[in-house]
Amino acid sequence: MTKNADPVVIIGLEIHVQLQTQSKLFCGCSTKFGSQPNTQTCHVCTGQPGALPVLNRRALQLAIKTGLALNCQIERNTKWDRKNYFYPDLPKGYQISQFDRPICYDGKIELLDADRTPTGKFVRIERAHLEEDAGKSNHDESGQGRDSKIDLNRAGTPLLEIVTKPDLRSAVEARDFLNELKLILTFIEVSDCNMQQGNLRVDANVNVLVDVEKEIATPIVEVKNLNSFRAVERAIEYEVQRQVKLYDETGDTINDAPKQTRGWDDTKQKTTLQREKEDSADYRYFPDPDLVAITTADSTIERLQSEIGALPNDFREKLAGYGLSNYDADVLVRQGKPILTYFEDVDKVVKNPKMVCNWITQEVLRYLNETETEIANFSVTPNRLAELLGELSNKKLDQSRAKDVLAEMIKSNSDVSTAKQQLGIADVDQGEVRALCQKLIDENEPAVADIRSGNLKAIGSLIGQARNINPNVNPGDVRTTLLELLGI
Amino acid sequence: MNLNESSVRQLATAIRQGDLAFQDCIDHFASVTKQLNPDINAFREFKFPTSPPAQSGPLAGIPIGIKDGICTENFKTAASSSMLAEYQAPYNASVIESLNAAGALCVGKTNMDEFAMGSSTENSFFGNTRNPWDQNRVPGGSSGGSAAAVAAGMVPLALGSDTGGSIRQPAAFCGITGLKPTYGLVSRLGLIAFASSLDQIGPMGRSAEDVAIMLNAIAGHDRDDSTSASYTPPDYTQSLEQDLNGIRVGVCKNELDDHVEPSVRNAVAQSIEVLKDLGAQIVDVELPHEKYAVAAYYIVAPCEASSNLSRYDGVRYTARSDSNQLADMYTKTRSQHFGPEVKRRILLGTYALSSGYYDQYYIKGSKVRRLIKQDFEKAFETVDLIAGPTTPTTAFEMGAKTTDPIQMYLADVFTVSANLAGIPAISIPCGFADGLPIGMQLQSPAFHESQLLNVAHRFQTATDWHLRRPNI
Repeated sequence: MTKNADPVVIIGLEIHVQLQTQSKLFCGCSTKFGSQPNTQTCHVCTGQPGALPVLNRRALQLAIKTGLALNCQIERNTKWDRKNYFYPDLPKGYQISQFDRPICYDGKIELLDADRTPTGKFVRIERAHLEEDAGKSNHDESGQGRDSKIDLNRAGTPLLEIVTKPDLRSAVEARDFLNELKLILTFIEVSDCNMQQGNLRVDANVNVLVDVEKEIATPIVEVKNLNSFRAVERAIEYEVQRQVKLYDETGDTINDAPKQTRGWDDTKQKTTLQREKEDSADYRYFPDPDLVAITTADSTIERLQSEIGALPNDFREKLAGYGLSNYDADVLVRQGKPILTYFEDVDKVVKNPKMVCNWITQEVLRYLNETETEIANFSVTPNRLAELLGELSNKKLDQSRAKDVLAEMIKSNSDVSTAKQQLGIADVDQGEVRALCQKLIDENEPAVADIRSGNLKAIGSLIGQARNINPNVNPGDVRTTLLELLGI
Repeated sequence: MNLNESSVRQLATAIRQGDLAFQDCIDHFASVTKQLNPDINAFREFKFPTSPPAQSGPLAGIPIGIKDGICTENFKTAASSSMLAEYQAPYNASVIESLNAAGALCVGKTNMDEFAMGSSTENSFFGNTRNPWDQNRVPGGSSGGSAAAVAAGMVPLALGSDTGGSIRQPAAFCGITGLKPTYGLVSRLGLIAFASSLDQIGPMGRSAEDVAIMLNAIAGHDRDDSTSASYTPPDYTQSLEQDLNGIRVGVCKNELDDHVEPSVRNAVAQSIEVLKDLGAQIVDVELPHEKYAVAAYYIVAPCEASSNLSRYDGVRYTARSDSNQLADMYTKTRSQHFGPEVKRRILLGTYALSSGYYDQYYIKGSKVRRLIKQDFEKAFETVDLIAGPTTPTTAFEMGAKTTDPIQMYLADVFTVSANLAGIPAISIPCGFADGLPIGMQLQSPAFHESQLLNVAHRFQTATDWHLRRPNI
């Protein structure tokens, strides 16, 4: 029987990130996604006899950059090891990886609470090491026992495997952590983290401390095949329930059963047994004699540090300094660096961060999401949006007309004045407003009387009439002028 | 001119000056090969070109045999294994490109022990190679085909590879000159790996001068081999004639004790006297860890081999034994297409790298390797090079050691140290016993090939062992 009502969930993650290099880790073949099978291969990545690996220095640099952004120590004297196992999509019968001297180690990422305020709680990064990806096996699923097909285009692509300590305590925390990690990786431009293309893959190690006092824990399960952060969240939730239930039934603890590997089935929303760790391979790691150890100079690390630029938390702080709430700041930061740059370019002119933030997170993002457009291809340049928001600030446009103008700007790829012309919106000078107001006072005696008697609500009908006569007048202006003329 | 007796320099000069027709030179070696190869089986495959385009370069017109473990676009590359019997490499090894650039003609692939594992060329899927001096005896190995081809006069030069003595031991057994260069001096790109940290391609020829000319063509940095040294080699032919006065030659007493055949011992001792007469100063040196070299070697080399040979799995370019089950396909393919010695070493290496045994074997072996390297560093503080026998015996009879792997491994007792330490070593003919050649090994500090070749050449100027030809 479980002893506590709220068992403690223990989660550690292993994240494989494909680094954004033009060529593979140990040969010059392209890493482009989606080409015809086996067209991006050479004697090195197909494991021909006599072929030798040559390190892609860029991949190492991106790994170091990532390590620095994750507050890791950088191993100054790293090396390459062979992980030996047989699989048809592993051309050499071993994977070149890093065993005991990973390029990055001892890092940490801070978690945020629901209000997006830093919690002071860190998820520790145990290590991040470079390795080459395997190819892709396409098994026959017709049930007719046809041959499997191997595509080696992906073989040799650089991966960074990031391993966390078991510091995560819930499925939601794991999801939040992954979101933050992904944000950092895209900010520093080391990976596009495209999960559909397999450029970010997650395995989760999950078990449950069913009795905190007596330190009784369920056996550790490694869940694989997690193709989205949503799947990570659901799989962990499922595992926690399954493990607690199993413990209640069998009483098996971490000391009674071996580590299992289970696969997440997204359709059935459950995990299924893949293998017990006992029959897992002995990888016979040893130093790869075809490669030399890599010494990284302080100057290289300093240069890469300077390439990193502002990280998500730097932006959060900066935006908070502008007076945005942590929540608003986080909404903007999570859109990624290009949107943040856009924000800053607009606000440089408008100097009203709250307003600019609202317009971007509401109007601009809605349009980008609906049309699946990248900010880089958005026709409303920062200058154009700044001009529009400028007119809103000095009351040349009201909120609702400004939105109309933005829609027209997007539609006709035009600047503010052209869009206004298209919509028939013209600036109205003060004399015109005055004349119009005088005319309304003269023609609406009952309403004027109401107003004079203190019923200021009646002024609404006059403003309505004014807008009917001239749609371009600013309602606020009309109100002020009416009151002024009436001497109220 | 007598092409059988001509040196590479003489042949190349005669061709260049028009005294020897390019095609006549090729035809001569082609006819020797056609005549002798059916008996000797030095070449697994050969094709001497008819009317090839004229070449230029220091090796213009010189036919060269290539060990079957080196990848070539013009010939299959089988590493003498059933596993790769039909394998056509999609690229040339860097050394092949270098030889082509020097004008050489690669005329065929020489027989070897399967995947370079062996000391007798009895482990070839393509049959034994016979020693031209006595066809009942082995030519040594693993570069036995290359050594026999040169000894029999089929080609003036051949490429070998040396992981634990595979150039020097067959050179000694066949009465030719073979050099294992410093690790990293010659690109390994395209050499089918046996033990990557020990493998090194090197030249085999009749004389130190021939070998120097070939080394000139193949030595130098290759950016496509990460273990290639950033080193600009000198012209190895320039220092051949240098005086040996005052040169310090170390002799290690252990290498001349009673586990070495008396005839070998005597020949080497007399040869050391020759060096002394040439002006060398003979100094005693000690290599205290040499006795552990074979043991360390047979840990480190199989460990690397077990991993290097994993790619031969039946999935891509190798032979395949069919099965419906993946694991069964692997098992059948590797059981049927690897020979017994290769399987033995894969098993040894897999065991030694296994969880729980790694520290005891691989790490320990690597430590011994460092100690052996330090022995040499210490010895080379007092001497310029070390002389001794290449092998404890002359060529043994076919089948004599095939049932006793340990005895076979001990044939490498004097040669494996140079691979473990990464230093260069040369074997030169230094005598005969019962009509069989004897080899003397000279070892020097890393990148001192010039000096090795200088001493070897001066020795060969004073002796005629290297000029003797088998009677076939």
